[in-house]
Amino acid sequence: MTASSTLAAPAAEPAKAELSRAARFRRYLRRHPSVAIGGGLLILMALIGIFAPLLWTTDPTAIAPSRRTRVPSELYWFGTDMLGRDVYSRVVYGARVSLLVGFSVAVLSSIIGLTIGLFAGFVRWADGIIMRIIDGMMSIPPILLAIALMALTRGSIQNVIIAITVAEIPRVARLVRGVVLSLREQPYVEAAVANGARVPRIIWRHILPNTFAPMSVQATYICASAMIVEAILSFIGAGVPPATPSWGNIMAEGRALWQVRPHIILFPAVFLSITVLAVNLLGDGLRDSLDPRLAKTL
Amino acid sequence: MLAFVVRRIVTTIPVMAFVALFVFSLLYVAPGDPAAIIAGDQASPADVERIRASLGLDRPYLVRFAEWSFRVIQGDLGTSIFTNLPVTQLIAQRIEPTLSLMVLTLIFAVVVAVPMGVVAAWKAGSWVDKAAMGFAVLGFSVPVFVVGYLLAYFFALKLDWLPVQGYTPFSQGFWPWLRNLILPAVTLGLVYIALIARITRATMLEVLQQDYVRTAQAKGVTQKDVLFLHSLKNAAVPIVTIIGIGIALLIGGAVVTESVFAIPGLGRLTVDAILRRDYPVIQGVVLMFSLVYVLVNLLIDLTYTLVDPRIRY
Repeated sequence: MTASSTLAAPAAEPAKAELSRAARFRRYLRRHPSVAIGGGLLILMALIGIFAPLLWTTDPTAIAPSRRTRVPSELYWFGTDMLGRDVYSRVVYGARVSLLVGFSVAVLSSIIGLTIGLFAGFVRWADGIIMRIIDGMMSIPPILLAIALMALTRGSIQNVIIAITVAEIPRVARLVRGVVLSLREQPYVEAAVANGARVPRIIWRHILPNTFAPMSVQATYICASAMIVEAILSFIGAGVPPATPSWGNIMAEGRALWQVRPHIILFPAVFLSITVLAVNLLGDGLRDSLDPRLAKTL
Repeated sequence: MLAFVVRRIVTTIPVMAFVALFVFSLLYVAPGDPAAIIAGDQASPADVERIRASLGLDRPYLVRFAEWSFRVIQGDLGTSIFTNLPVTQLIAQRIEPTLSLMVLTLIFAVVVAVPMGVVAAWKAGSWVDKAAMGFAVLGFSVPVFVVGYLLAYFFALKLDWLPVQGYTPFSQGFWPWLRNLILPAVTLGLVYIALIARITRATMLEVLQQDYVRTAQAKGVTQKDVLFLHSLKNAAVPIVTIIGIGIALLIGGAVVTESVFAIPGLGRLTVDAILRRDYPVIQGVVLMFSLVYVLVNLLIDLTYTLVDPRIRY
């Protein structure tokens, strides 16, 4: 966030350069309200996940046949499901799974994709092979790829993260490779080469900093799509184990009853949509602020 | 042109070969014993061995891959572990509903999204533009099954305008077929509309700044013609490209939409196969969908010459 706020600064008048970091950050948020709204909602969701035990929740896995399928009331804010579990507690704890999956996939696929992309961009003989493999992987629709992976492993959060990461890596690798190839032609990179800079130094000083902007935007979109894919996998029964409260699982359990008790699906659906929306807003805002040329078009 | 078509078709062969190799190899690189996982927790050791033999996991990898690819090329995708039916037969039985759903969604999405993107670009910055782009962000954020249940709840349960779920084959009449598919197609189309509308708007914004657009406006061409004849034609290539790439979204979304609306298509087949860990079926569906995806994008490449005569192959 600090890097982005300094990026917004150069256009400012001299007087404003004296503004404190906090003031500049506030100004950045004012200028990019979607970053403020998206980031704020996301922090809120993260807090909900972290402090789930303190938010008047009960054991999200406690089964109580005597109070099955209650409608929302003062006692059970979001009602209860067909096993009598408290939907409110399950939804609140579900934030943990979604956020964990979203962030892990974004970070892992960024790191691995970045490595592959840098490698393809610099080791020219390997480029052809790597790009054919990436073309092949990208011709498998991501959700199907994740489904195929999940069919062969036991359902666990860790396996869901691995499956979605594998499905997302090709996109990052391709993006980074494109950035690397265009940066390699830049005069300052050529100058560095002419000065005798070695490849690691060129990558570290000239290439990596320039991949930061497109990568961070891409990472937010991957985070959003990972949360949706996790929910879909859990919804169709190929995701995290049924006992774990995840938004996809809660909806999967509410499926049989949705015509009479739509609230079991509604509450996790609203939470999931808001979280994904927050991540998308953050991504759009970052994209606009990091690349002002794109801001006008997209 | 012919040389290009041939070359383009030839380049899809290594891609498909890789997809096949990848999908096949998953069985071998998956952590743990896939035969035991597929058999499930209650299986006896004999069951596990039977599955291991039927998947060919007891024989060397390369031998198995050679055999398997040879059969796939001949159109034999193996046998389902659960039903013991040929995978090709299972797929053939389920193809009509999925194809209907996807074609209908495609038409619906393009008809809605392209004008939406054009108008948004034309009125850039206005409330129309903001509403359209706000809708696009929502389309990306609300998962497809959430949209499905919301639409089904209001339009089927509350208003009773359309059937809640199910599918009627096309052979039983156009109207019953369509009635069952309207809600699923709208559900599946939403994210696709968001994608196409965004790209349409972005490309149109660029085109609208061109000199020839100003010339057309200056010589008194009507706004409608400037937008849809002069500009949209020149913006067509990226739009057509994104329609092709977005097919992946449709395929992924179909799996979920079919579950929500109980449509007995390939998506349902995939979900059933997942629950029974019927890997040959999943493998077959993934291969088939990937082939469809690659072929559609090949076709799209070829249509570039139609939408833009400047492109010659």
